[in-house]
Amino acid sequence: MSIQKNKKPVDKASQIKTLKKVLHYIKDYRWLLIGSILFAAVVCVLTLWLPILQGQAIDKIVSKGNVDFKGLVHILMIIVVTVLITALAQWLQNLVNNKVAYHVVRDLRNAAFKKIEQLPLSYLDAHPSGDLVSRVIADADQFSDGLLMGFTQLFSGVLMILGTLIFMFSIDWIIALVVVILTPLSLFVARFIASHSYKHFRRQSEIRGQQTALIDEMISGQKAVQAYGREEDVCKRFDDINDRLRDTSLKATFYSSLTNPCTRFVNSIVYAAAAIFGAFLTLRGRITVGQLSSALSYANQYSKPFNEISGVVTELQNSIACAARILELIELEPEKADPQHPVTVDHFDGKVDIDHVYFQYVPERPLIQDFNLHVKPGSKIAIVGPTGCGKTTLINLLMRFYDVNKGDIKVEDTSIYDMTRRNLRSGFGMVLQDTWIKDGTVRENIAMGRPDASDEEIVTAAKKAHADEFIRRLGDGYDTYLTGGGDLSEGQRQLLCIARIMLAMPPMIILDEATSSIDTRTEMLIQQSFDKLSNGRTSFIVAHRLSTIRSADQILVMKDGNIIETGNHQELLKKGGFYAKLYNSQFQQS
Amino acid sequence: MKKLLYLMKDHLKECILAPLFKCLEACVDLIVPLLMARLIDIGIGGNNTSYIVKIGILLIVLAACGLALSSVAQWFSAKAAVNFAANVRSKAFSHIEHLSFSKQDSLGTATLITRLTSDVNMLQTGVNMTLRLFLRSPFIVFGSVIMAFTVDTHAAWIFAAAVPLLAIVVYGIMAITVPLYKKVQARLDKVTQATRDNLTGVRVIRAFNLQSSETNQFLDQNEKLTQQSKHVGLFSALTNPLTYILINLATALLLYVGAIRVNVGALTQGQVIALVNYMAQILVELVKLANLIVTISRSIAAGNRVQAILDTPIGMQQSESPAQTDREGSVDFDHVSLTYEGGGDPALSDITFKAEPGQTIGIIGGTGSGKSSLVNLIPRFYDVSSGSVKVDGVDVKDLPMADLRQEVGIVLQKPILFAGTIRSNLQFGNPDATDQEIWQALKDAQAEDFVRQKPKQLDEAVEQGGRNFSGGQRQRLSIARALIRKPRILILDDSSSALDFATDAALREAIHHLSYHPTTFIVSQRVASILYADKILVLADGRLMGEGTHEELLKTCQVYREIYESQIKKEDMAQ
Repeated sequence: MSIQKNKKPVDKASQIKTLKKVLHYIKDYRWLLIGSILFAAVVCVLTLWLPILQGQAIDKIVSKGNVDFKGLVHILMIIVVTVLITALAQWLQNLVNNKVAYHVVRDLRNAAFKKIEQLPLSYLDAHPSGDLVSRVIADADQFSDGLLMGFTQLFSGVLMILGTLIFMFSIDWIIALVVVILTPLSLFVARFIASHSYKHFRRQSEIRGQQTALIDEMISGQKAVQAYGREEDVCKRFDDINDRLRDTSLKATFYSSLTNPCTRFVNSIVYAAAAIFGAFLTLRGRITVGQLSSALSYANQYSKPFNEISGVVTELQNSIACAARILELIELEPEKADPQHPVTVDHFDGKVDIDHVYFQYVPERPLIQDFNLHVKPGSKIAIVGPTGCGKTTLINLLMRFYDVNKGDIKVEDTSIYDMTRRNLRSGFGMVLQDTWIKDGTVRENIAMGRPDASDEEIVTAAKKAHADEFIRRLGDGYDTYLTGGGDLSEGQRQLLCIARIMLAMPPMIILDEATSSIDTRTEMLIQQSFDKLSNGRTSFIVAHRLSTIRSADQILVMKDGNIIETGNHQELLKKGGFYAKLYNSQFQQS
Repeated sequence: MKKLLYLMKDHLKECILAPLFKCLEACVDLIVPLLMARLIDIGIGGNNTSYIVKIGILLIVLAACGLALSSVAQWFSAKAAVNFAANVRSKAFSHIEHLSFSKQDSLGTATLITRLTSDVNMLQTGVNMTLRLFLRSPFIVFGSVIMAFTVDTHAAWIFAAAVPLLAIVVYGIMAITVPLYKKVQARLDKVTQATRDNLTGVRVIRAFNLQSSETNQFLDQNEKLTQQSKHVGLFSALTNPLTYILINLATALLLYVGAIRVNVGALTQGQVIALVNYMAQILVELVKLANLIVTISRSIAAGNRVQAILDTPIGMQQSESPAQTDREGSVDFDHVSLTYEGGGDPALSDITFKAEPGQTIGIIGGTGSGKSSLVNLIPRFYDVSSGSVKVDGVDVKDLPMADLRQEVGIVLQKPILFAGTIRSNLQFGNPDATDQEIWQALKDAQAEDFVRQKPKQLDEAVEQGGRNFSGGQRQRLSIARALIRKPRILILDDSSSALDFATDAALREAIHHLSYHPTTFIVSQRVASILYADKILVLADGRLMGEGTHEELLKTCQVYREIYESQIKKEDMAQ
């Protein structure tokens, strides 16, 4: 993913394609955008007119006894009105821009989030969630800041340059020419410095990346570092990188910080040149002192929009890259739509049939081949086998998180592909090894499967899951606010997830290593609750601990995506195969 | 921040020189309007062409001086900021690496990475900007006011009034918006959290058919964020227009007062232009200052977060004098209790037992019964609250940490591997280990087979956290890393949970036959893993419920019997 992140769509064609798509999101705000442009134009023209007005005012103040107060007051009145209108236009432009930017970013985020809810799990499993989060959050922000602000800045910048040129030439073409010829120098200098500091910046971010990786690794593995007494060693490695970072960082910071003094130097020279030429022109009577003063303030600000525009261009490129990233997410293919005329199953007895199923995550690695399983209503199916044998895959297929490549799965004699996902999933209750606790209260977390449950029902469910005891010990009991569940132990999190199922009472149950972090005694008690709950319910249990699976009606021993043995505990032990070997290894004398 | 600022003392020279050169450069900026006034009054007014040329050359010379002075200043400030940041990073990292386990737990490792990276970068930017601008901008503002007074006292009073007014507007708006921006950030955090939650919990959300309610919650959060952002925007959009109005009205007023003063002969036309220029300079600098204050306040916040790391005490006193022991590997717990910092019930209460050299001690108990806490006391990851832990008859507090941990090989519950190769990971346990020793350790840890299958053998790359190995492989590699130290005391803290029963049994067999016969502690949830230990400790709620061999405990300890029966039924034993 990191490769993708760094890849900037530099080619023009893809930039234009992205821009076109972006326009679609801005479309609803076109009147506001036009308003923004109009305000920007007003601000530009009036801001540029001001030095002229000030110059005219100065020309009314010539020398002792030679001041035209009437004319001066008239001009000052115009200045006051102009200033007020400019400020108003500026404020309105800011408000309009804010509105457009915040609304577009909101729309993009909403679209992105809705898409995330529809993405196939195959995509989500293959992409780090951090990357998707950064698209929805950081890229969206960068996009709205950069593209929309950049757009108006670019517009005002160009307008400012053109306006300044016109006003300068209207004062005198010689001064204007001096400024126009000399100003590109400052751009040239800025470009020169930027290109030279670029390589240091790139090196800096490289080393910074190395350092962050080291910090990340050493802080998360700190207990191991200390257990092996390797602190000094690690610190030395850190300092090595840190020293290299310092050296490049100093170069990068210093070179880039030269931009400002250097461009200012060039500007000062432009200013001096304009002053000398202007002064001679004034002496010849071609321009007045006031006009000289106006021309000088133009000379002073002429290079500013150039610098801004060159900044804006990189900003724009950057935000187009960000837009491309978030749009890429929004345009992803959603999971296959539910059938148009779905068959609705109202009542689940728990009959499940898996017929000749083939499945693979990646084309070159076939995982499940010609898999068959027929489950009678109310039976308890246990799945055992070494890691990576396809136990969890089976659950992915049953819940339709993934679709089979070939074959069919039927629930109540109806193909799950003829049902809506909603209908199918409402028949299952699932607890996974990787627990998930939502930000919210304990109560909300338990009620997830049945938001309308009463408090009493919630407590009863928690008691069945043997979670009631620890919940009561939490600060605010059932109203304790959990942040990502970080404050709970893994075992407690599992108990909470089990309580969800105890409340929802689904017709079919899937437990994927659901009690792996719970101690065996509590597990046994929960098992009894489950046995009561699963009475008459079909349940699928994946477990490592053989004690958990012993009472299953049917045990599937899986290896390399295939069932190699089936039967109940006693039958499998008698068989003396893989299961028996696995089971007996528990009691080997060491 | 204080302690961090103290670190600045190493860069004192740069910290003084940078602002000094900046102020010298600012003087150049302050002289220019006066030169222009003379150019107009004497050069143009007096029709003096050579004077005009002279001023022109002077302007260019001053510009060159400005360039030189500010380049020197940029160099010093960059040097101070970069060195300071490097210094802070190094100190903070080393501090973190030496923190005791209980301090690590209380600090929480999650935020440490951002503190060391982006917070320190923020600090660097802050120092850099402060050195460059913090003196210079006020210098120019006040310099302009003073210059205005030297030109004309009457007109200068407009400056004296305008500057505080401008300051009130700029900083008043900041005072309103800064807290509001914090609220925006909090709202954004909520939106981020909602997104992250939905990605990590996608299976549960879909299993419970919660997509539409989750989407509605997100839309709601997002809308709140948008409204909050627009609310701040209302105020922050005022800054530019208001300062624009103020400065230009002040300029208009200046022109009017200037006109009166010129009319009575107290001022010249050129001087009026100079005054107008000073006014323009003030605006530029005030805007810079406002931006600087935002940067500084963010740097201070970042600095405080970094400071918090340095303020966390290391947490353990080390014994200086090396105690000579005969290094046999006996472990004594004498009425040991442990309560973790941050309160709560004691994790361990009144534990007493003795492990003879070479014995195997099994430790079993439910989740949260204190098994890990107990073994963590042996390498002194935590200090006991009362009682004492002795290794070879010496209190662990009296042993130098490095010596103690050299003796103890502990395999943590969660296997931690580092980016590098298999060899580098094993040498982490013992830097001097030869390939032969490495293979032996891998063999004992039941890891030889899968390492042999790797194309590059010991040089096979290990990704960060060992994520290119399965859970069971990671556990075996980290066991090998402990074995390669040939420790006198070996601790396996539930470290074979991902291994299948057969491999687990083979591992125990291999450890049993290690040539150096370490005292071995095996923590496990599986009865089978500890069944044949010389001594089994049964823990529940931090208390020692039973101690003895399997047969003894079955007779005497009810908790043990329950655990045993929950895992292994009588009928199975018959088989």
